[in-house]
Amino acid sequence: MSITENEARKVAHLARIAVEDEALPALARELSGILQFMEQLNEVDVEGVEPMTGVTPMRLKRREDVVTTGGMPGQILSNAPDAREGFFAVPKVVE
Amino acid sequence: MSDLNRLTIAEAGAALRKGEVTSLELTDACLAAIEGAGALNAVVHGTPDKAREMARAADARIKSGDATPMTGIPLGIKDVFCVKGVPSQAASRILDGFKPEYESTVTQNLWDAGAVMLGKLNMDEFAMGSANENSCYGRAVNPWKAADGRELTPGGSSGGSAAAVAADLCIAATGTDTGGSIRQPAAFTGTVGMRPTYGRVSRWGVIAYASSLDQAGPMTKTVRDAAIMLGAMASVDEKDSTSADIPVPDFEAALTGDIRGKKIGIPREYRVDGMPAEIDQLWQKGADMLRDAGAEIVDISLPHTKYALPAYYVIAPAEASSNLARYDGVRYGRRAKLGQGDGITEMYEKTRAEGFGPEVQRRIMIGTYVLSAGFYDAYYNRARKVRALIKRDFDEAYAQGIDSILAPATPSAAFPLGAMDQADPVQMYLNDVFTVTLNLAGLPGISVPVGLDKQGLPLGLQLIGRAFEEGELLNQALVLEQAAGFVAKPERWW
Repeated sequence: MSITENEARKVAHLARIAVEDEALPALARELSGILQFMEQLNEVDVEGVEPMTGVTPMRLKRREDVVTTGGMPGQILSNAPDAREGFFAVPKVVE
Repeated sequence: MSDLNRLTIAEAGAALRKGEVTSLELTDACLAAIEGAGALNAVVHGTPDKAREMARAADARIKSGDATPMTGIPLGIKDVFCVKGVPSQAASRILDGFKPEYESTVTQNLWDAGAVMLGKLNMDEFAMGSANENSCYGRAVNPWKAADGRELTPGGSSGGSAAAVAADLCIAATGTDTGGSIRQPAAFTGTVGMRPTYGRVSRWGVIAYASSLDQAGPMTKTVRDAAIMLGAMASVDEKDSTSADIPVPDFEAALTGDIRGKKIGIPREYRVDGMPAEIDQLWQKGADMLRDAGAEIVDISLPHTKYALPAYYVIAPAEASSNLARYDGVRYGRRAKLGQGDGITEMYEKTRAEGFGPEVQRRIMIGTYVLSAGFYDAYYNRARKVRALIKRDFDEAYAQGIDSILAPATPSAAFPLGAMDQADPVQMYLNDVFTVTLNLAGLPGISVPVGLDKQGLPLGLQLIGRAFEEGELLNQALVLEQAAGFVAKPERWW
């Protein structure tokens, strides 16, 4: 399976990573190379095999659905690149 | 006592408890060693004031008779662990300036045991790499040098940890292992690196790469130290829903040195094409050592081994693409400078383009691709099915009564810095060929230095154990360590 420049552009956008047009051919080549390596998986007979999600044999733990922490807006916002009046600030969003 | 920084955890702990040395003296010796080792670029955020403060507290605790085996032991911490108030950025520009408001469970456990924090250690960005060359801090350098004087990689992703332990900048260090990131650098630097069973050590506060594969573990000078330090790192943690509800045993107590009657498997599929004769001989030598100690060596088959690497390079990037979606320039770390009229999408795209290095971008995009509509079944689901078969291979081997598996840790000794610069990404991935299998199966593994190659560089073997049987695995590793008698140290040039 080889990836075209257009597909590379699409995947970069899906991943929300800006890629300059000039960089697309090299990116497409690299991604194609990696996908080609993965093609080996097609040799394996996986008929009837359940896809594995996790290695832990036990059921995921559950807890009471209650608030266990909170009330620390200062700490939550302390690392934000732009925080104002107790909120994360982002550029204007107009949909 | 001279050269305090060269001590092991066991030696330093004994000296501390006997009052022959103080934690402050030990800590100062390590800080001085770090000061003189800038050329290794292993320590990227030193915390000398914090270290001395913690050392004084440890000395008081030892005096009061309340010491644990880790009390007063100065450690290096891989940059992937969140440490409250200390830069923790997984060697990524995207986390520039991030100082966590909380502490990872692993580091909290170590501080609770009285260990001392020397600083943060270099690594591959988000733990993605096998040479510590993908780091916003620059490359870490192996204290071992090639015969021709060229500088070598300490391996990755825990390259700073391995370099720091090998060069005696700390008594021990933490690492994380998603596809071999503890065991490969340990093998490249003549140190011991252990990846515990998935679920043994809490992932809470460890910056995530691939959540179903990540596991933290100790990087030490000896197997005994790995046992001691793993005991302090491990815990049952309700903050990590994948933390196993299995009590943490006394791993050091399992070190009896008696492995008589144990069955150790040699997987024929690990004899890969183009494997250097030296690695093959080392492997044979390791098997002989274990046999001489009374173990039974058994040929086994893990038929899907060949497919572990491609399966890993689908699953890990898929999980990474999801985990790393959180770096959006909103909540923490870096935000790109925006142009006139840029909206929120441009903010995300520019922030992530300048914040992530090339390998991280590549893996996020591969992960995005294999999870995208139309390819999910062909790549991601198929890889997860192959993963189930890889785990089944191990289950069947262990069901036949095998106690552990012996294999090479790496396909070569440490390679020169920059040697892979022109290589395509897949060539770099091949470094993980012997290590990724057990990550996919969630099993514990340990790399032990066993010999030197023709060039005088360390080579390691790895033992792969049964799930949650780290004690037994460590005991077998101890026997291998004792039989190999590896004592070589890099000659100091830095």
